[in-house]
Amino acid sequence: MSVTDTTPPVAATAGKPLPKPVSPSRQVWQMFRQNHSAMIGLFILFAIIVISIFGPSLYTVSPRDMVWMPLTPPGQSEYLLGTDYLGRDLLAGLINGGRVTITIGFSAAVLTILIGVTIGALAGFFGGRVDNVLMRVTEFFQVLPNLLFAMVVVMLFSPSLINIAIAIGIVSWTSTARLTRAEFLKIREMDYVKAERSIGAGNARLIWKVILPNAAPPLIVVAALSIGSAILFEAGLSFLGLSDPNAMSWGRMIGDNRPYILDSSWGVTFPGIAIFLTVLAISLVGDGLNDAINPKLRQR
Amino acid sequence: MLTGLLRKLANAVLLLFAVLVLNFALIHIAPGDPVEALVGEMGGATPELIAELRESFGLDKPLYVQIGHYLGRVLQGDLGYSTYYDQPVTYLIAERIGPTLLLVTVALLWAIVIGTILGVFSAQRRNSWISHLVTVLSLAGFSAPVFWIGIMLILLLSVAFPILPISGMTSTEAATSTIGYILDVAHHLVLPALTLGLIYLAFYSRLSRTSMLEVLETDYVRTARAKGLPKRLVIYKHALRNAVLPVVTFAGLQFGQVISGAVLVETVFAWPGLGTLAFESILRRDTPTLLGILFFSALMVVVMNLLTDFIYRRIDPRIKAT
Repeated sequence: MSVTDTTPPVAATAGKPLPKPVSPSRQVWQMFRQNHSAMIGLFILFAIIVISIFGPSLYTVSPRDMVWMPLTPPGQSEYLLGTDYLGRDLLAGLINGGRVTITIGFSAAVLTILIGVTIGALAGFFGGRVDNVLMRVTEFFQVLPNLLFAMVVVMLFSPSLINIAIAIGIVSWTSTARLTRAEFLKIREMDYVKAERSIGAGNARLIWKVILPNAAPPLIVVAALSIGSAILFEAGLSFLGLSDPNAMSWGRMIGDNRPYILDSSWGVTFPGIAIFLTVLAISLVGDGLNDAINPKLRQR
Repeated sequence: MLTGLLRKLANAVLLLFAVLVLNFALIHIAPGDPVEALVGEMGGATPELIAELRESFGLDKPLYVQIGHYLGRVLQGDLGYSTYYDQPVTYLIAERIGPTLLLVTVALLWAIVIGTILGVFSAQRRNSWISHLVTVLSLAGFSAPVFWIGIMLILLLSVAFPILPISGMTSTEAATSTIGYILDVAHHLVLPALTLGLIYLAFYSRLSRTSMLEVLETDYVRTARAKGLPKRLVIYKHALRNAVLPVVTFAGLQFGQVISGAVLVETVFAWPGLGTLAFESILRRDTPTLLGILFFSALMVVVMNLLTDFIYRRIDPRIKAT
């Protein structure tokens, strides 16, 4: 058989180029796009973020100024959603509060993931004594009633935005750490990890470059959902009066207006709807991501 | 089994010890010097008096001596003195613990029972209305702040349709009989327990559905079915007992969160428990009281974990064997 006779199998399709392989993130996006509730969630979330970023410069009423008669119901003045017990514009409060709520939610979630992934990765990768000690620490933080602990931290170290975000991060990372650890325990025994190790990859490379990217899919879902829990947590703290005195937030609006619910139900209703919608949107996106990343787990 | 429990117990004691050390550390890291604050209130003092104050509080001793003193006092049941009420923190907690335990127990019980029933039903009929209800319920329960749900329920059931009291644990007019008192408390308990339970109803219905779906696919359930056992027997005797295990575990693990929820719900309904006390101590910057509540809540979580561990061993013979 001479070499010239052989027709390479590609020759049949030589005229048209091969279809490009679809990247994993593209596949996830295609799955995600077919999920209606997840797309609705994404749209709501996008709208809330856009309003929080650009809203305050477009709607310039200050959320701190007395602009009208206190306790004016919605639709009875030029202030669309009415006023609170101090005559402050509720709509301005919502728009400006969104900025604070979402900023704290995101930064606390970043911190949660950072602490949780680091501790879980180290525990799962090294195992043995390191694992033992780190899991004890995790257990300790699980036992602490998280809201009370965050209350103590914020009260002792003044309620600034940064302190609140740090307090939420410190009390929320345990489940992320456990999940990361479980993923690492599973993946570190895989052949490709052993192969990397045998060609001389160091621990740092194995942890961050080899195992972590493969453990990422479930962690992305947890990261998305932890933004929602951080927002709820911040709302709880500021409802209890532990909020930055210079910043308006949704939870604080509910706490401020709570003594006046008999005269104005709107003062507590609107900020609550804002929190509910935001966290709901994040949950829908998180669930959609989960379904797109793990199609096998659907319907559970 | 005994050694297993003993090890758990030792672990629990160690955890509580760590909470105390953390409490102590937090007070010391936090900005602000208690003696300077006191001197500020007194309107200034001489350096000699300041040194004397430091000595009387034991603040001149090295840190390890101070922490030893602190631990020794806690072991004797002394959690410090409330700066606002001017009473021992232990006394304040003892006074408030009853209402909190009542609220938390009732809320958890109804949430677990109804949640498990909903979960089991929806696992059997995947596209029924119950299944959709569980999905909607769990989404709403995860997304709405618990204190806001409480306020909305007040607006609905105490203001729009005034059938339940807005707040407190008893009416202002004193009940004349014991039964009257119990009924009065129960009447006040409905709204807070409903609110606190709703969040966990969402959680437990979803958890028990997932767990039931998993159990229904196991070999022993298939065997039971193949033997021709009646469907009800398979579901309630073979499947449910196994599906309920994670529910028990989570009831223990989540107890810390339940206490956090109770803090918010008690504040909304002015329920006279530990949560309201925590809220008041924030308003009054009463650090000893807040730290005491933190420690005591951690103690409750640890006890609850031991308890669920014990129950778990009772209902799952596989663990007893190991």
